[in-house]
Amino acid sequence: MPQYLVRLVQMHESFRKAELQSLADLAGVEIVIVKYEEDSPFCIISAPSPKAAKDVISRSILSFGIYELWGHGSDYLALHTSVKESSSHHWPIYKTTPFYFTLDSYRGTRTEAQRRQIIQDFSYLPFTGPIKLKDPSSAIFTIFEDYALGAEAPHYLYLGRLLGSSSRHLKTMYDLKKRHYISTTSMDAELALLTANLALAGPGKIFYDPFMGTGGFPIACAEFGAYVFGSDIDARTIRGTGGSARKGQTGKMDVEGNFKQYGLQGRYLGSFISDLTNTPLQIPGPDRNIREGQVHEVNSARGGWLDGIICDPPYGVREGLKVLGTRAQLSELERSTHADRYKDSGYIPPKRPYSFTAMLDDILAFAADTLVEGGRLSMWMPTANDEDIELVIPLNRRLEIVSVCVQPFNKWSRRLLTYRRLREEEVTLADVVADDVVKTENEKGARADDLNDFRRRYFEGFKESERTRQEQFGSSSTPDTENAGDPKGGWDGALKDIFRKESPK
Amino acid sequence: MKLLTLNFLTCAVKTCKTSASSFPLHPRDSELEIVEAEINVQFLQNILPRLMWEELGGLVNELGLPSLPPTAPLPSALVESKLQAPESDTTGLNIEKLEVPSQVARDLHRVLLETCIMSGGLVCGNCGHEYKVLEGVANFLLPAHLV
Ligand SMILES: [Zn+2]
Repeated sequence: MPQYLVRLVQMHESFRKAELQSLADLAGVEIVIVKYEEDSPFCIISAPSPKAAKDVISRSILSFGIYELWGHGSDYLALHTSVKESSSHHWPIYKTTPFYFTLDSYRGTRTEAQRRQIIQDFSYLPFTGPIKLKDPSSAIFTIFEDYALGAEAPHYLYLGRLLGSSSRHLKTMYDLKKRHYISTTSMDAELALLTANLALAGPGKIFYDPFMGTGGFPIACAEFGAYVFGSDIDARTIRGTGGSARKGQTGKMDVEGNFKQYGLQGRYLGSFISDLTNTPLQIPGPDRNIREGQVHEVNSARGGWLDGIICDPPYGVREGLKVLGTRAQLSELERSTHADRYKDSGYIPPKRPYSFTAMLDDILAFAADTLVEGGRLSMWMPTANDEDIELVIPLNRRLEIVSVCVQPFNKWSRRLLTYRRLREEEVTLADVVADDVVKTENEKGARADDLNDFRRRYFEGFKESERTRQEQFGSSSTPDTENAGDPKGGWDGALKDIFRKESPK
Repeated sequence: MKLLTLNFLTCAVKTCKTSASSFPLHPRDSELEIVEAEINVQFLQNILPRLMWEELGGLVNELGLPSLPPTAPLPSALVESKLQAPESDTTGLNIEKLEVPSQVARDLHRVLLETCIMSGGLVCGNCGHEYKVLEGVANFLLPAHLV
């Protein structure tokens, strides 16, 4: 298969391969990652055709574009040799077409004179067409230089012909700073769009977010063509009467307004107020009733119906996690008091503490029950870097882990876990029973502090984990994604004009 | 909330879930609104096998909307071929065969994706509990005696 160069962004490194693979799945294209380094924004993949390669990257958030690979090597001599050996069959095609050359030096700088000389050195290519940048029929060639941090000269070079750009411009279009209605916990646009890619949100599919907040994930999925709905335990968040996190914002702000802002209301099915442990949604699949480890009833008349679920469950840092219910069993008198009063406008249903691990298991069980075969769950969860306090990745026997991506922060980090719903023939009844045993164990609740490891550790200040993290990542990595991209990298400014979207500094 | 969501909603009370009468929820004093949206045949074809056709038909009747056909259409019935000249052709001589949404698809789209419940209640046929809908958002939080 021919090889292509993907120009990645140099951030969210642990998400990049997972995104490429997901996009290939979405496009129905088989790719092989031929060369990939965590410390480099250049990745070589093989794909069946230029069109297939272009299709894979067209929805990418963590890359800028994809190029037909014309040559590569560890110095310019090697690069020119490689170009002559491997790309000469392409040359006649571009003999008379308009063309343009650019230079992209990652972590390096070149003077204008050097830049001109580097491009001049490719003049053996038999191109006679006019040099045009903005002509849509122009062939755009980019010379890529990869420098080690602080190095004087590049250690690797590539030449590629631009095939297509990514969807990274959406990061700017959906920027929270410009969004109608947000809250303090809204996921940033780049990561929400990335999550939608990993979960394979796409045209004609149906997606659900059980902790929708101000709707960031459903909006990202709807942008990619999916029909979406969501729920939240907090009525004020959905209806928007709780106000916005933005200073000085007044007037009616709600989730629906966000969909309207982006012209996506046609794909917004709606939202409702509920709690995952008492969901009003149809739970198909085996209707299980476990007593003494025995399955009494199995009813799989109706299969899964969701194509994807994406969410960022609440960590319960500030208040401890809550679900509907009471800590102790209600007495007869208390029950009848609730029964008498629940219709009053001021009635607030009591809530009980809920453990974070139990919630994660519940989300997985819900996903296993409601996803179509091959449907995906993409879920964020906090972790701590110190081995001692790491939260275990939750498992469910009807779900297979597709990818685990980590986003490090200064004092903690979080993971994006993506699961695939297995096909029925891949699941046994014993698997279903085993998952239910886990669920039953989790339902024996206690105090929030005992239950919620993450919360306790948060208040202890992550002292251990901070030290470990610094050893692991050094001080250069920061969670602040705003200015973190390609600190010294150089994408030729000219490309900015071509895409008129966005390019790194 | 678009009417399609009722195809996936049932009573939130755990003991009701196993009872057939908890689905669908029955709209009470509903205020409906038509919000026009672009038709998407690919989506309709995707969810068609996931629709509870008989129950949806009942819902549509309860709401006093035009009845659905007695049996679910096949996905292939959602498109029809139409012969027409492409817009770029001014001579009208280059007739093309185009796939367009059928009347069945347009009707289904109208009911499921353009008809919205703005307010009222949704009532469980098993326990009788009513969930309120306000500003198009249903509240399924249960009072303590029903959890
Ligand atoms: Zn009920």
